[in-house]
Amino acid sequence: MMLFALVFGPLVAAVLVLLAAPGRRSAAWAAGLVALGSFGWLLTEFDTVATGTILRHSVSWLPQLGLTLGFRLDGLAWLFAALITGIGALIILYAAWYMSDGDPIPRFYAYLLTFMGAMLGVVVSDNLILMAVFWELTSVASFLLIGYWTHRDDARGGARMALTITGLGGLALLGGVILLSHIVGSTSLDVVLASGAQIAAHPLYLPALILILLGAFTKSAQFPFHFWLPNAMAAPTPVSAFLHSATMVKLGVFLLARLYPALGSTEAWFWIVTSVGLATLLVGAVVAIFKHDLKGLLAYSTISHLGLITMLFGLDRPMAVVAGIFHIVNHAVFKAGLFMAAGIIDHETGTRDMRKLHGLMRSMPITGTLAIIATGGMAGVPLFNGFLSKEMFFTELVSGDALSSHLNDFGAVLLPFAVMIATICSVAYSVRFIHDVFFNARPDELESRPHDPPVFMWLPVGLLALLCLAVGIAPKWVALPLLEVASSAALHGGPGPLPAFELAIWHGFNWPLAMSGIALLGGTALYFGLQARLGLHKTSGLPCGGRDLFVLTLRKLTSIAQTATSGLENGHLQRYLLLLFALIVVAVVLPLATSSWALSGPRQTLATPSFIVVWVLAIAATAATVIAYRRRLLALVLMGIVGLAVSLCFVVLSAPDLALTQLLVEMVTIMLMMMALRRLPEESPERREHLRAYRDGAIALAAGICMAVLAWAVLTRPPPATSVAPYYLETTVAQGGGANAVNVIIVDYRGFDTMGEITVLGIAGLLISSLLFRFRPTGPKAPQPGPPSLMLVLLSRLLLPLAIVVALFLYFRGHNQPGGGFAAGLVMAIALIVLDAGNGQAWVSRRLRADFRPWIGAGLMTAGLTGVGSWLFGSPFLTSTYDYPWLPGVGGVPLASAGLFDLGVFLTVVGATVLALFAINGLSEPDSAPEPPRS
Amino acid sequence: MMAHLPVLPIVIPLFAGALCVLTERRFPALPRALSLLSTLLQVTVALLLLNRASTGDIDVYLLSNWRAPFGISLAVDRLATLMLTLTTLLGFLAALWSLGGDDRRGSHFHAFLQFQLMGISGAFLTADLFNLFVFFEVLLASSYALLLHGAGTAQLRASIHYIVFNLLGGALFLIAASLLYGLTGTLSLADLSGKLAALGPDDAGLAQAASWLLVLVFAVKAALLPLYYWLPATYGSATAPVAALFAILTKVGVYAILRVSTLLFGAGPLAGLLNDVLPALALATLALSAVGALAATRLASLVGYLVIGSAGTLLFTFGLGDERAIAAGLTYLVNSTLVAGGLFFVLDQVRARKVHGDTLDPDRAGPPVSRAAGATAYFILALGASGLPPLAGFFGKALILKATIGSSWAIAAWTIILVSGLMVLVALARAGIYLFWKPEAAVPSGTPSSATASRAALALLLSAVLGATVLAGPIAAWAAATAAQLLARERYIDAVFAKVPAPPAWPNRAELEERVRQGGAK
Repeated sequence: MMLFALVFGPLVAAVLVLLAAPGRRSAAWAAGLVALGSFGWLLTEFDTVATGTILRHSVSWLPQLGLTLGFRLDGLAWLFAALITGIGALIILYAAWYMSDGDPIPRFYAYLLTFMGAMLGVVVSDNLILMAVFWELTSVASFLLIGYWTHRDDARGGARMALTITGLGGLALLGGVILLSHIVGSTSLDVVLASGAQIAAHPLYLPALILILLGAFTKSAQFPFHFWLPNAMAAPTPVSAFLHSATMVKLGVFLLARLYPALGSTEAWFWIVTSVGLATLLVGAVVAIFKHDLKGLLAYSTISHLGLITMLFGLDRPMAVVAGIFHIVNHAVFKAGLFMAAGIIDHETGTRDMRKLHGLMRSMPITGTLAIIATGGMAGVPLFNGFLSKEMFFTELVSGDALSSHLNDFGAVLLPFAVMIATICSVAYSVRFIHDVFFNARPDELESRPHDPPVFMWLPVGLLALLCLAVGIAPKWVALPLLEVASSAALHGGPGPLPAFELAIWHGFNWPLAMSGIALLGGTALYFGLQARLGLHKTSGLPCGGRDLFVLTLRKLTSIAQTATSGLENGHLQRYLLLLFALIVVAVVLPLATSSWALSGPRQTLATPSFIVVWVLAIAATAATVIAYRRRLLALVLMGIVGLAVSLCFVVLSAPDLALTQLLVEMVTIMLMMMALRRLPEESPERREHLRAYRDGAIALAAGICMAVLAWAVLTRPPPATSVAPYYLETTVAQGGGANAVNVIIVDYRGFDTMGEITVLGIAGLLISSLLFRFRPTGPKAPQPGPPSLMLVLLSRLLLPLAIVVALFLYFRGHNQPGGGFAAGLVMAIALIVLDAGNGQAWVSRRLRADFRPWIGAGLMTAGLTGVGSWLFGSPFLTSTYDYPWLPGVGGVPLASAGLFDLGVFLTVVGATVLALFAINGLSEPDSAPEPPRS
Repeated sequence: MMAHLPVLPIVIPLFAGALCVLTERRFPALPRALSLLSTLLQVTVALLLLNRASTGDIDVYLLSNWRAPFGISLAVDRLATLMLTLTTLLGFLAALWSLGGDDRRGSHFHAFLQFQLMGISGAFLTADLFNLFVFFEVLLASSYALLLHGAGTAQLRASIHYIVFNLLGGALFLIAASLLYGLTGTLSLADLSGKLAALGPDDAGLAQAASWLLVLVFAVKAALLPLYYWLPATYGSATAPVAALFAILTKVGVYAILRVSTLLFGAGPLAGLLNDVLPALALATLALSAVGALAATRLASLVGYLVIGSAGTLLFTFGLGDERAIAAGLTYLVNSTLVAGGLFFVLDQVRARKVHGDTLDPDRAGPPVSRAAGATAYFILALGASGLPPLAGFFGKALILKATIGSSWAIAAWTIILVSGLMVLVALARAGIYLFWKPEAAVPSGTPSSATASRAALALLLSAVLGATVLAGPIAAWAAATAAQLLARERYIDAVFAKVPAPPAWPNRAELEERVRQGGAK
């Protein structure tokens, strides 16, 4: 349970701090207490962990992914957790004095706590997926921390770069752990750590290894991904001190240590990890010498030390692993102190530029002393902590059998040599750090007069420096128990045998000691030599590599993406339609080409001569539309002919209902379009690109032929034996209560479809009216209609009552004869359109005083209520019921509830059609258009 | 009433919409209340249905009381209720958000919103091919209307593309449905499933061509390569609540592809119809959407590409067709839909801030932008969209990666999913840094009184996103059960055919037959 609190405590505290937004001091107190409390709890548990017990706690979260919220605390996890919380507490103390009042303080601590929680989550995860979850969370939290000073360009850039690089690694890691858990069949760390041999033998080992290493290397800023780290220095110094000493960048090497039992001990591991570590060690150490920025120097030094640690794990020797763990601790301690010291210097002098800083020892003796101690650790000076782990590293390098299993003699000599160079460089930049800042005379160019900071600001540095010395002088008491328990966990995933080693300052005269001596002397000589010969202050620094490449790559990628996107998505409808039509052709041709099929089935066609004439006419009219499309009116007439032909076709196919409806729809459509045409120029603009027109035409024609082929093939086949169609004819009278099967299908069998379709119609009517009300075309003004012809006026007025009668007639006979609510509504609408055309809208709306919008609502309500009505009788929605009451003198009157539904259809059709008509027609007579309500 | 639960997600918005149209002239305030009430009811109904479906039974509702395949039936399975719940939730949030002022930017907003919900819900519920067409038309018609809601001339242009494209799609749908009817003589999906499987070799090519045309229609809707070009401009130009609802609209296409591929393309000449083509196109869509996201010069088009990318991801998993992949896709779907909806809300906040200076109409100012609120919401949603933990997007992505191991697509899928995830991350980080971090002269923005509603909508949506993370386990379990149910298509078919019509309230059918025999009725 306490493990949960360890991880979620900081996360919850972060949210609370963010929400409560306390003052500067209380925020620091809250954060500090969380960190200290966690650290304290860890201390109480050390004895348990030291005995080899592994604390666990887990709750299932997402079993499909093998994800449990499971935590385990073994020696390695304890070590890291203690570093994170211990150094975290010091950082918070430091930050409480460092941060200025102008910054949004609660946010700072909230981010810091989130980051701390995420870090703790990674190190105590018992589950690979959970580890990846927290891993990514550290990337996100560090993004926020690095970009904390959002107003600064370098902060935003650095944050983005860090997120991109570590995000890349995080994604790779996710892939890696999924592969790894696939290999072992479990996401549990225990199982994974125990299956090293099985993993190494699996064909997916290499992909998994590469992906996981990608995650580790990006996080630990290994070459060639190292460049994000120096750019992350734009963060406030406490952040740098935390992220780049004890936490963020240590995650990569933590992962190497954690998964060493599972992934290590292979050739691939040795070669990849060692060479990347070596390259990083060299690059970091060399570049660091030439940095003028204090934090820049420390950043490259961090890179170099991380390279060293990585290399230790790569050497694939138990003793090297122990050394790696040891150096992780030592580096965290001295580097956190150094970053904080750099922050103090920056705080006091206003600059971090070593070309301006000189001789601060006199004015800042405490800071100077502490910095020198920490630097001693960094350079590997005897009696400081770094010396011990470096000695162990050298021992591993020169002990012959360490490398001979992987390298030939030449390599076994070259490797220590390369490391020597890096070590010399690292001494050189350490010397530079101290000499340039604290000595080297003339403390003049500074604006303010620096002095040592308040005690609470240097106290954290002091504690760390003390630790440096304590470990360096008395390693057996201070560091040994911890190192043993952490190393055995790293080597075996739990308690296990350790290689024999002695943690002592003095091992007698041997190669490692000689190497240390050469490094110290050589490094000092190198620094002073460089200073004298080159004048380090005048160099512009080495190209830090990567950063510019990164920016350039990103910019290039973006521009490629933009070119590609604008190339594909050019904003022209023609292009998109062309693609769709081309796909239609492919979708039809491919399956037909790859299967055997006959174009014509055995079914007889109804190709009577008159039918053929109708169709030739229709096809000719269609073709003519293509040619005459620019003359809008003519095109409209031609389309009318096509519609007419379709209606006739329905007649021939003995579907009078459809024919009637189709005819009416044609009439309404043509009328509405005629009205719209009044607002358009007579001719549409000419298309110029003839070649493209031919190409488009060819594809359109091909698509048309495809459709024709499909239709022909399907229609000439005999109707399927199991078709549902005969059922309707058989049951329409007996069970549907109407002789007109088409109408019964529309209002009963498939009345639900009709309900949907009238909704569509209603929407269309409302859409047209509300759209045209807002968008008045700015094109040519519609020609003012001349005085209406008297004939038209008279006829149209006479027509209305007649039309109402016809509509009623069609409506009532609908259930048994061609007709129905849809046709009736259209007839009614046509009469109103004609009335409007003959008399002008003003005349019509004066007399009708009608807003047709509610008609739509009423129609839909009627249809819907009819449907719901059947619930009263325990039947499903829209169940039709009917009766044929005998009325005296009239006889049997067919009354179906479907008739009520049809009334809804009628109302909606009239409403929507007339609404559209008034909207379109209203364009020429703006005042008469009814104003749509603002809902 | 409980017996009629399956049809309520269609009937409630129908009545609400019709009532809005009927009354809005006289009672201008009524539509808002109606809309909110209706969407709340819909959420309730969806949850009830979800609960019912969790038993694994498939509820079938026979409209007009005709048994399948002669009438239209609704089938409420796990997939349908999952989609329904997401739809109604987004619908409610859209209605709530619109109260912040977006609904007053044009007329009939709430009526259109209700009709839109009716169309979407109908499409998810129906078990009939032609009825699916009808609901596609309903949802498309109302989407045209919503798209043009409050549109300026620039948006009108984008909308025209969308409308033309989808009208064409509608025509194609009709052609495909007719062809399938011509070949099989049925429209019921359950019936089609068996009859398509039993088609002879002479009809196989025709059935395949018709099916491809059908898939093409759905692909237009789902924004699959190369048919997605309409989407970024269209969605980017819609008002926030509309665009948020549109987040589910592409999912309708995705849903339809999943439905037909599991139900219709299971056996016989259509078996595995999509096998090779769909995963390839879907992965290409995902890749190009990431390129588009990286190239985006406006947040609107960035979010548009994210929508495309999520559709691509989903279609890839559905194209693989095995149970684990479908389950992973469905888990992913929940998060990606919610996140896309939320991003459109944030987009609106950002836009309101950016254009404030240009706009004089106070109605157009939109909710005030509290910089921090917008930034926090964006941050959370961006995490969800780029698949970073701890949000559910991460789990969806991880499940998909896991499900593809061992398939022949593994290498391509892993590369594209991981690389595109990185590109999206870069794009989102850049946009967020630019929009929320880069210093900018503070723009004073007016405070419309009801903007609280919009903020509440966003807050609710964010809690849904976070909730989906906490409940990742149950959601994934539900998705797994859904995938299993989908692949056991006989259960769907049996459920549809097993449903018998309710006995008539009085025996008029018998009476009628009697009279017909006597010749009385004629």
